[in-house]
Amino acid sequence: MNPLRTYVVFAALGFRRYSAYRLATAAGAFTNSVFGLLRAPITMAVIGAAGGELAGYGALEGATYAWLTQAVLTPVNVWTWNELALRIRSGDIAVDLARPVDLQMTYLAADLGRAAFQVLPRGLPPLLVGALVTGLALPTTVLPYVLGLISLALGVCVSFACRWLVNLAAFWLVELRGVLTLHMVAVGALSGLTVPVHWFPDWLARIASASPFPSMVQAPVDLLAGRVQGVEALGVIGVQVAWFLGVLLLGRVVLARGVRRLVVQGG
Amino acid sequence: MADLAPYRAVLSSRIRSQLAYRRSFALDVAGSAGVGLLEFLSVYVIFTNVTELGGLDFAGVALVFAFANLGFSLADIVVGHVDALPTYLRSGTLDAFLLRPLSVLGQLVTSDVQLRRLGRCAVGVAILAVALPQAGIDWGWGAALLVVAIPLVGAVIFAAVFVAAAAAQFWLVDGAEFTNAFVYGGSNAASYPTSVFTTPLRAAVTFVLPAAFTAYLPTLLLLGEPGPAWTPAWLGWFAPVAAVVAWVVALTGWKAGLRHYTGTGS
Repeated sequence: MNPLRTYVVFAALGFRRYSAYRLATAAGAFTNSVFGLLRAPITMAVIGAAGGELAGYGALEGATYAWLTQAVLTPVNVWTWNELALRIRSGDIAVDLARPVDLQMTYLAADLGRAAFQVLPRGLPPLLVGALVTGLALPTTVLPYVLGLISLALGVCVSFACRWLVNLAAFWLVELRGVLTLHMVAVGALSGLTVPVHWFPDWLARIASASPFPSMVQAPVDLLAGRVQGVEALGVIGVQVAWFLGVLLLGRVVLARGVRRLVVQGG
Repeated sequence: MADLAPYRAVLSSRIRSQLAYRRSFALDVAGSAGVGLLEFLSVYVIFTNVTELGGLDFAGVALVFAFANLGFSLADIVVGHVDALPTYLRSGTLDAFLLRPLSVLGQLVTSDVQLRRLGRCAVGVAILAVALPQAGIDWGWGAALLVVAIPLVGAVIFAAVFVAAAAAQFWLVDGAEFTNAFVYGGSNAASYPTSVFTTPLRAAVTFVLPAAFTAYLPTLLLLGEPGPAWTPAWLGWFAPVAAVVAWVVALTGWKAGLRHYTGTGS
């Protein structure tokens, strides 16, 4: 089978695996919408307290930001992911490594398949609720949505590359929960998930911009909302590509080192 | 106290097992503290841009946040793991609980007490220690009593929400995330002055899901603020009543859920 087709199959499997649980998907979309109901008024209240405008966000743009973050957070997967770590701990990774396909690329393909399934059923409900409750300030031309979806796909890729890297710590540590939680905390704090990165004080903004985290949430949300457009939007996408390739390569190097010290028991 | 002995034995074994791997435990505690700090970071970022939110200044909002966080994390330590009920249901572990001559809820609660969540409690206590002296509180016995009582009553309310959510799992199973909207959404709503919400939403997080009773309303009493229309500060004195009502609802739901449960095997 040609290698590209293999990855398409893995992506399709990732898609099907998540589309199997309809009630769970509905439950998740409900929770995203409820969080939007809470986050949108908080964001609007902050903008109101700042005099009606804060770092380019009016009340409606602020609400739109809150709903969009709820819409993209599941496809991007900002929560903990430990599938790879569990396979390393149990030794099942040896089976994965024996397959004649690239380990990292198959996991990436499956993750993109998962995201492709989740983008509509997890993204549209909070946006619909948002449109009804607060209204949304969305662009009226096609280009921001095209760029936004490219940026969202890259956000998934950056998120995957980081989760992959963190999971590889399982080659060296037995219990990963603390490490995974700290990673989730860093994503939550610096990705623009709860407050826009544009509101950060200087010192925090500097830390955020030196990290891959804003590429996961703030970048796609900025492009989808049409806050960043044209050449500037291409610049944002360029930064995402750079973080993706950089962290992905680091993940390959670390995997190779981990595999070298891997000892699996059994015949 | 002989009938509590089995619980004591189970509980002490859980605690010993968590402390067995020191480095992992330390990382877990750090991760838990990190979650608390991360949530507070949002409040901090907000107050680098504004001077008040929902009628409270930074110290006031920090108090609301810290009380809500402390109450929630205390409840999370004691009963937080009941949200693993769907796993017990699917694997059939619950059947083992039903066979033992002990309360099912009691067994579920003592099956896994999470000490690592003390990290998040510590963050709440630290924020309180900094914010309390700066909030302009008129100190007296009443204020001191409130500072101690607010997180405890809050923990009791959040614990009831956890149990009510677990009860709903008997029907939902695969839809476990539905209840996250109430458990974690409630914690999120409780961490901010509910005066920022529109009246219907504020009524919902006060009278339907009693989140506002865990921190915002009693904090208004502490600060001597009047509070917004429809949910005035004096409601804060009724937080213990809200806690009792929440537990009545939670236990009724739990009993109904347990009756509804018919097992997973053949």
